Amino acid sequence: MNKKHWIVLCLSGLFILACKKDNPIKEEIEQFLGFRKPANFPEPVYNLANNPVTKEGFELGRALFYEPRLSRNNTITCGSCHIQSSAFTQHGHDVSHGIDDRLGTRNSPPIMNLAWNKAFMWGGGVYDLDLQPITPITTHEEMDENLENVLNKIRALPKYTAMFKGAFGTEEVTTARFMKALSQFMLMCVSSNSKYDKVMRKEAGAAFTTDEQAGYVLFKDKCASCHSEPLFTDGSFRNNGLGISTINDKGLYGATLIETDKYKFKVPSLRNLQYTAPYMHDGRFLSLAGVLEYYHSEVQATPNLDPVLNQNGKLGIALKEDQKAKLTAFLNTLNDTEFINNKMLSEQ
Amino acid sequence: MLLFSFMLVLAACSKKDNPTPDFQEENLAPLSVEFDNIVGERTLTFDNTGSPYKNAAGEPFTVSRIQYFISNLKVTTAAGNTYTVNPDSSYFLIKGDDKATRFAKVKVPEGDYTNLTFTLGVDSLRSTMPIDKRTGVLDPAAGGGMEDGGMYWGWNGGYIFFKFEGNSAVISDNVNGDPTGKKQMKYHIGFFGGYSAPTLNNIKVINVDLRTAGIAKVRKDRQSNIHLFVDLMKVFNGKNAFKIAEKPNVMFDDFSAKIAANFPEMFRHDHTEN
Repeated sequence: MNKKHWIVLCLSGLFILACKKDNPIKEEIEQFLGFRKPANFPEPVYNLANNPVTKEGFELGRALFYEPRLSRNNTITCGSCHIQSSAFTQHGHDVSHGIDDRLGTRNSPPIMNLAWNKAFMWGGGVYDLDLQPITPITTHEEMDENLENVLNKIRALPKYTAMFKGAFGTEEVTTARFMKALSQFMLMCVSSNSKYDKVMRKEAGAAFTTDEQAGYVLFKDKCASCHSEPLFTDGSFRNNGLGISTINDKGLYGATLIETDKYKFKVPSLRNLQYTAPYMHDGRFLSLAGVLEYYHSEVQATPNLDPVLNQNGKLGIALKEDQKAKLTAFLNTLNDTEFINNKMLSEQ
Repeated sequence: MLLFSFMLVLAACSKKDNPTPDFQEENLAPLSVEFDNIVGERTLTFDNTGSPYKNAAGEPFTVSRIQYFISNLKVTTAAGNTYTVNPDSSYFLIKGDDKATRFAKVKVPEGDYTNLTFTLGVDSLRSTMPIDKRTGVLDPAAGGGMEDGGMYWGWNGGYIFFKFEGNSAVISDNVNGDPTGKKQMKYHIGFFGGYSAPTLNNIKVINVDLRTAGIAKVRKDRQSNIHLFVDLMKVFNGKNAFKIAEKPNVMFDDFSAKIAANFPEMFRHDHTEN
């Protein structure tokens, strides 16, 4: 092939590219960017290669997330206890409020940055996002349904026939497809546009105030060993010394029966705290001020208390009032209004 | 006399035509293992309240449900050739109330087998596999919910290996028994050893010597069937014998390991149909 041929080939290539730009299909694909790792985040834990997020799969997952037929009497959706405006938690409820007005025993955790989670539920037991939805669907106090019934209800709806075909190639509704679609929706619930993120990514104009910066320094000194950046959790299970509740919830022990797991709960992220009160696995603290005071003066030496909260015989984390104020200022930089207002994640 | 001679000839022929074939992994033929549930000296009948079974502690009980996973079948010839069934077709859910499920049907090379090995439960590898691999009896949606035949523990990401339910008059009506007053006993035994940290492991590998009650002669032109008795009485009367009144509900509990230790004693080779 001589030089002239190459030029012709390049020119025709350019022409094809030019044509493609006008193609409406390409524009539509460009609107849905799929799963994207934020620049300041680590590699996800979830195996995306086994379930690549597509527009159709995501939209199916979103429809299922907001589908009341997932519950026994078709009244409760995933979104009932995971409300977007509350960063996908159930604002105002200490413990989740499910089917037939039944109450659970734990606070609804946020559906947020789950691609980076290696374990699910406050008390562990579930280690794969694709298997997680089985728990709320089958739990007596939540949706109280069985998976077989759910799939049969979904199969009976023409709306889903087309959606499954679009997402997976055929109309067949299987457990794996159902779960993978839900995962695709949940994987897209990425919160990474808080002020903190913008400062870290050095985006134009983003800078901490003096108090926020001082709070950030305090955070790194006093909180980051468990609530590590940038997810603000290290994903581990720890006992943070909460007084043992009347129902004696033993946390991770319930899933492992290992003595040293008693009273350990998953370290929650500190992102979006403004929207996710109340706090802790049983929602016992109504405000951030309550939480900070707890760490300052109320930590108890219950079995398996995390060593970082019991240093030199002193329980908790000493915090002066001005330090609390600065920490609060920093924690407020972790609120992500884009996330809670993202229409793509809302019920359509 | 003529008939007798004729039969002798026939027998001779069949013997001659049917020597132990060479062990070739590709030369697959059907083999089934039958799990025939019994209770002590009696056959299994569900909810036989008129004539309940009685365990070694003298407690009367009836059975309302029995189902368990059998997996990872492996056979060995006298010469020591071992064949492991492809894991993708080696998981079976035996349900006492559905006679069609009592066989684990597999394909193994033609040969004369003196030993059978299988797992009671679902191995840790399969228990941690992606959702796509959890099909058929391992589909978390299979069997309906926990109140029905469901065998998947959603909150613990694992399977119930052995689900045994029934009733006994010795069960109290308080929280230590059955507060609903129905006198129900429930034994849901699972636990595969944990995801990230080691937890209880109640997977039991069962080894059955076939030489006493009949080796399995697997050939392409017939169906060899290893007929096992599964004695549910051994749940209570095995080496870790216990009283129903003291442990009417064992699910997610350290005591599950004690019961699981009784499982190997349940399996007894009765005969083989070749």
